[in-house]
Amino acid sequence: MSDLVKDALEVKETSAVKETVEAAQSAVRPLLEIKHLSKSFTGVQALNDVSLQIQQGEIRALLGENGAGKSTLIKVLTGVYPRDSGEILLDGSLISASDSGHAQRLGISTVYQEVNLIPTMSVMENLTLQHQEKTFGLISWKKAEIRARELLAQVGLDIDPLRQLDTYSIAIQQLVAIARALSTQAKMLILDEPTASLDSDEIKQLFDLMARLKSEGLGIIFVTHFLDQVYSITDSITVLRNGECIGTFKTAELSRSDLVSHMVGKSLEDLAPTAHDHSIKRERTELLQLNNVGKQRYLQPLDLNIAAGEIVGVAGLLGSGRTELCELAYGSVKPDQGEVTLSNHSLTKSSLRRAIQVGMGYCPEDRKQDGIVAELSVRENMILALQASKGWWSPISIAEQQKLVEEMIQRLAIKTPDMDKPIGELSGGNQQKVILARWLITHPALLILDEPTRGIDIGAHHEIIQIIKELCEQGMGLLVASSELEELVMFAHRVVVMKDHHKVSELHGNEVSEQAILRTIAS
Amino acid sequence: MKKNNFLHKHQKTLAPLLSLVLIILITASVTPGFLSIRMVDGHLFGSLLDILHRATPTALVALGMAVVIGTRGIDLSVGAVIAISGAVTAVLTVNTDWPVWVVILCALGTGMLCGLWNGILVSVFNIQPIVATLILMVAGRGIAQMITEGQIVTFHSDVLDAIGNGYFLAFPIRVWIAIGMIALTVLVMRKTALGLFIEAVGANVRASRLVGIEARLLVLSAYVFSGLCAAMSGIILAADIRGADANNAGLWLELDAILAVVLAGASLAGGRIYLLLTIVGVLIIQTLTTAILTSGLPVQYNLVVKATIILAVLLVQSPKTRQWISDFFTKKKRAANSSTGKADTGKGSEKP
Repeated sequence: MSDLVKDALEVKETSAVKETVEAAQSAVRPLLEIKHLSKSFTGVQALNDVSLQIQQGEIRALLGENGAGKSTLIKVLTGVYPRDSGEILLDGSLISASDSGHAQRLGISTVYQEVNLIPTMSVMENLTLQHQEKTFGLISWKKAEIRARELLAQVGLDIDPLRQLDTYSIAIQQLVAIARALSTQAKMLILDEPTASLDSDEIKQLFDLMARLKSEGLGIIFVTHFLDQVYSITDSITVLRNGECIGTFKTAELSRSDLVSHMVGKSLEDLAPTAHDHSIKRERTELLQLNNVGKQRYLQPLDLNIAAGEIVGVAGLLGSGRTELCELAYGSVKPDQGEVTLSNHSLTKSSLRRAIQVGMGYCPEDRKQDGIVAELSVRENMILALQASKGWWSPISIAEQQKLVEEMIQRLAIKTPDMDKPIGELSGGNQQKVILARWLITHPALLILDEPTRGIDIGAHHEIIQIIKELCEQGMGLLVASSELEELVMFAHRVVVMKDHHKVSELHGNEVSEQAILRTIAS
Repeated sequence: MKKNNFLHKHQKTLAPLLSLVLIILITASVTPGFLSIRMVDGHLFGSLLDILHRATPTALVALGMAVVIGTRGIDLSVGAVIAISGAVTAVLTVNTDWPVWVVILCALGTGMLCGLWNGILVSVFNIQPIVATLILMVAGRGIAQMITEGQIVTFHSDVLDAIGNGYFLAFPIRVWIAIGMIALTVLVMRKTALGLFIEAVGANVRASRLVGIEARLLVLSAYVFSGLCAAMSGIILAADIRGADANNAGLWLELDAILAVVLAGASLAGGRIYLLLTIVGVLIIQTLTTAILTSGLPVQYNLVVKATIILAVLLVQSPKTRQWISDFFTKKKRAANSSTGKADTGKGSEKP
């Protein structure tokens, strides 16, 4: 995108902010007011001059892609992180929470995605954990039970408070967490992705509660990745991107396509289709075939074919099911319906070792947790997959290992002083190349890459994209999930667009453009 | 410079070895004749030989423990498994006329069965290793008592006598058994990919699973191996006293074994396995025990002195202490540099 266009966009955005800010100022005194909040971590500006206001009885969606600053904003609000500069006003008075307990006493309660309760304690104990009812200085369990019932009634739950928490469903636990959050006369409730693990009935239950709390005058900040939910429950939307507040909008007045453009930082009109050739030259030899593959509460069933020499991109917002698709295709998560075949081998029920033997490879999204074995050397990390597919009894000789590894270090330009250095000491980009090399030496027919360029520097970023293109020319099939549309459009022959854990569309050949992808996500 | 690099690279290997040499030298200076070795009837005798002789059961147990700890596990039940296999050996020798090699195989099999039990609890039922093996640690001695019917069963067998106290090529037979087992394990671990897989699973089980390593089976086999090692140790200990003592055989041996693995520089959080250094760790512990006993120190001081010295060795090995030491030297260097008026401040700290 040219700088001119960028400037034009920014001008448009700031004017939008001005309008809404003026509209807000004309109303009554806001419940929560954040002024010029900034926060940085060792050189990274996580929040830059963020200002926003929330009224009583307003449900505000807080949206943004990974790393936009949503969780930092919440953590600064609740005092988990100290702020660098800026002011927070609650009900017109300046507040400065020192930790989340303090924030809660001040009136700001937070419910996190991972239920922050103690599963092995009873519902009652969980609800009264922070403030016990006492008689003569000793805990009165009778009073505690009465108090717990009151709190549960407040969120419309009629359950036995004496039962252990984890005997209830996640949805109930989520509501109990909200009940606890409300126990301290909360004025402001922050819900951080509360719906991620709920099904549609449970979401409805939660939304009913949110509507009630709203009518009682509570302000609610609602963080989610599901755009449908944003439009069904919220009054207004604040979009963050790269630590900056892009703007606050009335939900009813903001179209989905505008919302998506604000989130990813590109507007549909300004994106000209790129001149990349998206067609494949050779004849189709099918490699991977997913036939109605899906898993309950994980991914809606979908079909997908990948041929030799073809790159299929997976696009979608965070939490849309990109990683889930990769995991099901690879087999690290087993589908509960459908068929997975690779080059006519059925892999639906096979072990990963078998999948690797018939030509599957997978670079996971979370390099630290699922990719590298930090203590082991570059060499050991690189041969791990090949060795695993051969089995422990037929070791690759050290000489053979050194030859393979040396070749890969040359080919992928991996920067390491020697191959026996622990991989944990390499930079992110070089670690990613080693993981890529780990699969290349198994000569896979199909390689699945989940966010292959996340968290690596520009130079390595470019190199990895070059490698992906080369592999494709050599006839490998690739499935690449990425949040960077610009990158996907550069090499993908087809793009699968994911949304709310199902496949919404598949763009072919010349249809593949950033514009088209954004439009599909927004539709 | 080159030598410095060598030292830096092998710092971890050198620490336990140096500790062992230091402890032997200090003991030798305190106890006259500690280093002397005599040849009597073609058998070697002396304090050092005695250390090797006594270290054998612990060394075998520590070998299995090192592998289990490599998978990010721990095996507390080895002491109990020693009691069980000793009991099986004794009872079968006394009550049946089976050939002795069948008896030994039965005892080894029992140990592997115990290991299988631990392995199933850990890898199939996902019970934390410390809890899973605690069960057999408690129950195992009870099982051993049931096998011996609460008695100390004594037996006589020429082959077992030889295993317990016999000599071969000037060295005790049990030392040869341990050396054979250690060599075999090192060979299997380093000449096949088994060692690599175990280290990978111990260091990052999720990543290992994703490259197709069958983590469960691997963890299971580690516990079976540990059971086998403990059973060997149990047979030797029973053969040594020509009887099975269900209450006391191998008592607290698991702790010595864990200590030896830690002395070798392994982390209880899994990852790297150091088999030979683990044996060095065993020798450190046994040398200390023998040295204190022969030094004439009042008996009641033994345990505290032993613990203090082991603590000292661990402190010397800890990365934090090393950091302090290297910081101390850089500071000194920098102070020396600035006092001589040189302008290159800070360069000293950049070098390492």
